[in-house]
Amino acid sequence: MADSSRTDGSDPGVTAELTRREHLPGLEPERQITDWGRSERVDRLVDSTLSHFLYHYWLRVEVEGVENVPSQTGALLVANRAGQVRVDAAMVGKALREEHRMPRPLHVAAPPALSDVPGLGMLATKLGAVTEHPANLHRLLHDEGQLVLVFPEARQDRVKPLSSRYRLRSFDRLEIISLAIQARVPIVPVAVLGSEEATPALSSWGPLARLTPLRLGLRLPLPARFRLRFLQPVRTDRLGESGELPPWSELSELTQDLRALIQENLYEMVAARRSVWLG
Amino acid sequence: MGVASVWGGRLAAQLEQDPALETIVGIDTSDPRHELERTEFVRTESDPSLIARIIRAAELDTIIDTTAVRDTQPDRGLRMDGTAMRELLAAAESAGVRKLVIKSSAEYYGSGRDAPAFFTEDMSAGEEPRSRAGRDLVEVEQAVADFAGHHPELVVTVLRCALPVGSALRTPHLSLLGLPAVPAILGFDPRWQFVHEDDVVGALAHAAAVDMAGAYNVAADGVLALSEVAGLLGKPLLPVLPPWGTLFAAARMRRLGLPVPLGLLRELRYGRGLDNRRLKTTGYTLRYTSREAILKLLAQQRLRPLLERGEDEYRFESEVEAFLRHSPSVELPGGPASRLGPPGAGGYSALQENELLAVIPSLETEAMQRLREHEAAGPARPAVLQEIDHQLELRDSFGSG
Repeated sequence: MADSSRTDGSDPGVTAELTRREHLPGLEPERQITDWGRSERVDRLVDSTLSHFLYHYWLRVEVEGVENVPSQTGALLVANRAGQVRVDAAMVGKALREEHRMPRPLHVAAPPALSDVPGLGMLATKLGAVTEHPANLHRLLHDEGQLVLVFPEARQDRVKPLSSRYRLRSFDRLEIISLAIQARVPIVPVAVLGSEEATPALSSWGPLARLTPLRLGLRLPLPARFRLRFLQPVRTDRLGESGELPPWSELSELTQDLRALIQENLYEMVAARRSVWLG
Repeated sequence: MGVASVWGGRLAAQLEQDPALETIVGIDTSDPRHELERTEFVRTESDPSLIARIIRAAELDTIIDTTAVRDTQPDRGLRMDGTAMRELLAAAESAGVRKLVIKSSAEYYGSGRDAPAFFTEDMSAGEEPRSRAGRDLVEVEQAVADFAGHHPELVVTVLRCALPVGSALRTPHLSLLGLPAVPAILGFDPRWQFVHEDDVVGALAHAAAVDMAGAYNVAADGVLALSEVAGLLGKPLLPVLPPWGTLFAAARMRRLGLPVPLGLLRELRYGRGLDNRRLKTTGYTLRYTSREAILKLLAQQRLRPLLERGEDEYRFESEVEAFLRHSPSVELPGGPASRLGPPGAGGYSALQENELLAVIPSLETEAMQRLREHEAAGPARPAVLQEIDHQLELRDSFGSG
């Protein structure tokens, strides 16, 4: 890399960082699709129809703590998930758009397998899904300062039985958490209530689970009342050396703390609600 | 090297504008297709020992190779693969070259579902490349990387170019976009990144001028969805290929006459984006964004039926070129002594009288004498002859003291 931007005494790492940020491709206002594939047109269409309906009428989402999401810098949003992630992700995105004072687009980290699914993969990308490659997340969080939503619960082949709903599985995806640390962005835990009931995986029902290991789900979510609680952001700049990976133990500890935090809040919210459907 | 190709020819033309470059030598197995003024053309099979001799004889310090990626069909000129590249590198080493610039392609990174949205230069080819061209490219880059590792004192630059867009180019992508409707795979809208041909040539010239070691992505700002590209070109997007069994269906369609390029199937599915920031940090400014490049393509597509006929293509005649450059009868402004200097804008006869008068005092004596003979034999303008005589007198008087 040319040293043209180095001035005496300055840290080359920091200079390189600044240079990388300022060389990002400029905005072309004539384009309505971003380089990541998000389409303004499709987004607006889905937002004004389906999302609007789900958010206001069907799931009647209630939001707490949305001001915990930063207005300017990037942040990694970490949420629990139930059967179908897409409804949760859509509702979190919609909540930001409706309630936050500086609404910004939300990117959702998706498994690479999604980009192989015809039609659905394409639609997800147009709505803001991004393959969860570390380079992608780093660029979004660090270089571009955008919001990224991840669901770090371990993926399992067998679906969670209904009886253990809201019991979070272990957060296996430490590498995603470490990305936030490397990118020096805060982590905002999000507790999502209602998705377990709204989008149950039918095969989690006992007898069906024994019959088939396939994940069956409903097309439209059931009208359970949704509650989103954005928790206090966890600052990551204290951890580890700048730009380097913190030790495994610190990472693991942080991940466990996050999980415990969301779990606590979930149980609190479950205890506080009177009815699954009416809230 | 590869001066007969689109890239080599245009690059040579651009390099000629730079007066700091003394000598430009173009090597290829077939004749150049661009009109060049001071580039010396050597036609040779790519025998490395011959190339080494040329380099040593002309005391060249930089080799620019544009043959690794063919962007024109049918194939013309030097063909580069791993073995050929190693031979060239050996020649470069023995000839004592200081810099090496290789034009490569973003195909090096491949295309796939696990790929990042923007490839950075440190990412290697994700998986085994499927096509022959892809494999050759990986071999070539590997050879170059090995060479650079062994010779840290040399400046080795590799430019990985995104999908090039330009009037003279014929790539599978461009022919796909040239169809009346753009074919696509049902259910997929891949994102493609382009680069305008002017920027490719510009980047090559920049790499020749500036020391930038390592690999650089040469790509325009903006990764466009195929539907977006089709929209810009004013064509419909036709999802004729099924998402499963695509290769089979595509082969079938080719047999039926639909020109679907088979090598593109992976890119029609997943696309590819590049991170172009490293090139920008070297000080090169890209002139066109991907969107602008496609709009230019649109303009060209509209003009093509008009230009197809009646355009005289430049034909390289070696004897004519040799005459123009080296014959003493051909007068360049400034006389034959300045033949190796900055390029002139035409012959002596193109100069007006007053321009000649301005130039005469700066000529060398023998050049001035020759000019006088020529002038006396030809136009015999009295003002010019007078001026020359006057100058010669002055010089005589100074010389004799």
